[in-house]
Amino acid sequence: MQQWLDQLAGSGLLAGLPRGLVYTMGAVGACTLVLLFASLLAGEVVWLERRVAGRMQARIGPNRVGPQGLLQFLADGLKLLGKEDVIPAEADKPTFLAAPVIVFMGAFAAFAVVPFGYGLVPADMNVGLFLILALTSIEVPGVIMAGWASNSKWAILGSMREVAQMVSYEMPLGISALVVALLAGTLNLSDIVAQQEGWIWNWYVLRGPFGFVAFFIFFTAALASLKRAPFDLPEAESELVAGFHTEYTGFRFAVFFLAEYSAMILFSMVTAVLFLGGWSPGFPVDLTGPAGRWIGFAVLFAKTAFLLFTMIWVRWSLPRYRVDKVMYLCYKVLLPFSVACVVGAALQVLVGDAVGGAFGRWLMGR
Amino acid sequence: MSEPTRPTIPAARPPSLVSGGEPHHASVTPVGGVAEVHEQQPLVGQDLRTEELVFNMGPQHPATHGVLRVVIKSDGEFVQGLQPHIGNLHRCCEKIGESVPYYQWIPYVDRMDYLAAMCNEHIACMAVEKAAGIEVPERAEYCRVIVAEVQRILSHLFAMGVYGLDLGAFTPFLHQFREREKGLDLLDHISGGRLLYHYVRIGGVKRDFTQEWLDELEAFLAAVEQRLPEYNTLLLSNHIFQQRTAGVGVIDRSACVRWGVTGPALRAAGVDFDVRRDAPYGVYDRFEFAVPHGHSGIAGVVGDCFQRHWVRTQEVEQSLRIVRQALKQMPQGPVMGKVPKSLKPVAGEVYVRGENPRGELAVYMVTQGEDKAWRARCRGPSFSNIAVITETAKGTLLADLVAAIGSLDIVLGEVDR
Repeated sequence: MQQWLDQLAGSGLLAGLPRGLVYTMGAVGACTLVLLFASLLAGEVVWLERRVAGRMQARIGPNRVGPQGLLQFLADGLKLLGKEDVIPAEADKPTFLAAPVIVFMGAFAAFAVVPFGYGLVPADMNVGLFLILALTSIEVPGVIMAGWASNSKWAILGSMREVAQMVSYEMPLGISALVVALLAGTLNLSDIVAQQEGWIWNWYVLRGPFGFVAFFIFFTAALASLKRAPFDLPEAESELVAGFHTEYTGFRFAVFFLAEYSAMILFSMVTAVLFLGGWSPGFPVDLTGPAGRWIGFAVLFAKTAFLLFTMIWVRWSLPRYRVDKVMYLCYKVLLPFSVACVVGAALQVLVGDAVGGAFGRWLMGR
Repeated sequence: MSEPTRPTIPAARPPSLVSGGEPHHASVTPVGGVAEVHEQQPLVGQDLRTEELVFNMGPQHPATHGVLRVVIKSDGEFVQGLQPHIGNLHRCCEKIGESVPYYQWIPYVDRMDYLAAMCNEHIACMAVEKAAGIEVPERAEYCRVIVAEVQRILSHLFAMGVYGLDLGAFTPFLHQFREREKGLDLLDHISGGRLLYHYVRIGGVKRDFTQEWLDELEAFLAAVEQRLPEYNTLLLSNHIFQQRTAGVGVIDRSACVRWGVTGPALRAAGVDFDVRRDAPYGVYDRFEFAVPHGHSGIAGVVGDCFQRHWVRTQEVEQSLRIVRQALKQMPQGPVMGKVPKSLKPVAGEVYVRGENPRGELAVYMVTQGEDKAWRARCRGPSFSNIAVITETAKGTLLADLVAAIGSLDIVLGEVDR
């Protein structure tokens, strides 16, 4: 990103401008692009979810607005904008208003460090992975604010569930991501992808058993922290009406909805980057050129779409877990296994170092 | 993963910690329960004051199957006591039965258990026929059995699908709607209504079956038979489904007897009882069918939500058997008996019972030689079945309460009548 801006600043059009201004403009531009990408894609994921659900349930799903119903999300968004904006009389107004913003922030800010392709990253940080895990946790206070401020019993129950679930599942999530960090020796997402380039067995999901197990733990924990079925307890419709956003209407509800789906995209992309080789198509090809990076973007997009489809597929197939079973799964199954994976991955790195050669480098992960 | 067992539930706080003397996990009393809510709870431990949360589940709640209102007293996720409040769908069905002529009451009976209208009509007509001594032609009896069993299949399909919905599985719900739609069309084509039929009349049935209708029926039976294993794969053999239902909401034999629970819930508790077999009415004694009942050979505990669901899946198969046998045995002849224009049964009383999809429906009538009953009373299975929830769901998780209510498969129209 910075190199790109340096080039831009050096070339004709922006030559006279101070470097700081160019950077600022670049940052604002990148943010706008990413925000547009994420929110438009979130809208389309809603469409995808409804179409896939329709197909799975022997019905059609939305197909009227735009080709194949692709513009349905615009119609839904406009409808929500036109709804009455209800703030419950007994609600804690400032908190009630702030909650959707915070949830939205947490879901969108993390896109800043996701590499969309070689060099296509708004902020190429060496703590990228850490930052993503940190930023997605911002959602927790937002949710508890929403539940508390609504002054509704269903909402508070839903937000309590959500907070318990998200805080718990961040542990297996973070620890299984640590497996990749150990193998890659870096937290920079672009570098993690760079080390998975080449043949398909370089992907961390296929580099030894620990990466393989960690991939499934990461994906399951991501499902849980996204409150996707079968872990959708915080908004379990048949139990808690709508959970923490029971009292939200109109555009505020839409913001929660959008945040949920953009978090889905985020986690799918991060999973693809960490375990499935990011923009690497699985065979050696140079995707660093100006055209190549967009091909890489398409490859990453395809992997993301597959993971998104899997999330939708799971949601419409399975019943919901019960709250104690969810916690059981987290603390007694996923957490021990993820810790074992970290230990195993560390040993794998040591063994790889000792063995040396091409195989050793493959084992080491770098 | 662990074997499906009940979650460990913290024992109720020992009474010694409760200053009021009365242990506060005692069940919520009907109306006073709401007032009791705001009373401050005593100190627990030394420094922590906790207060229970009381909230209304329903009447507008997605999982209460209509307009049931349950006042829940909960400690976080744990249900400490609950009180179902009914009456939101009261339509004076029994009172109407005392103010309109007999034949006009039959359509009202449809509206009690609106998912089993055919079965309701069947039993109500039997009561009137018994009071007036009307003979029903044999073919009409077979027609009644066939439509009642088709209705039972539809009702059970619905119950199974909706139960999936209660547990968060949306897809089985819509899949069963596909077959249910065919069944509703079927009953529509014979009676003219999709939900409320008024097909069974006093003295027989309205129309005889046509050959096209019988073909349609055969197609429906084949479709259900083919799809039933699919539904069972989606729910019954699903790991999460088993974890959610096995050992949850156990209603044992003695509780069933004490609360008057009937139908699949009673059979799931291991009681081998079905009115159709043990006190046969109509021509039910001429068919061979099994009465599935809960036992320890399948997953779950006898009398839990899983076994209630399992009993329903098995009953669908038995209903298919009954319909097929009835189609084979059905004689030719009229479908309407001789019914006097002015129906005035002599003074007396009748009590007729039958097996509805939800349990035992009984109609009690006191006649006084007039064209309408002096007293018309129904014993609805949903009413007795929902009452047991106060005992079953105490101390469980909120999610288990939803699972337990769903597995009882109540219809509020019949609870309130």
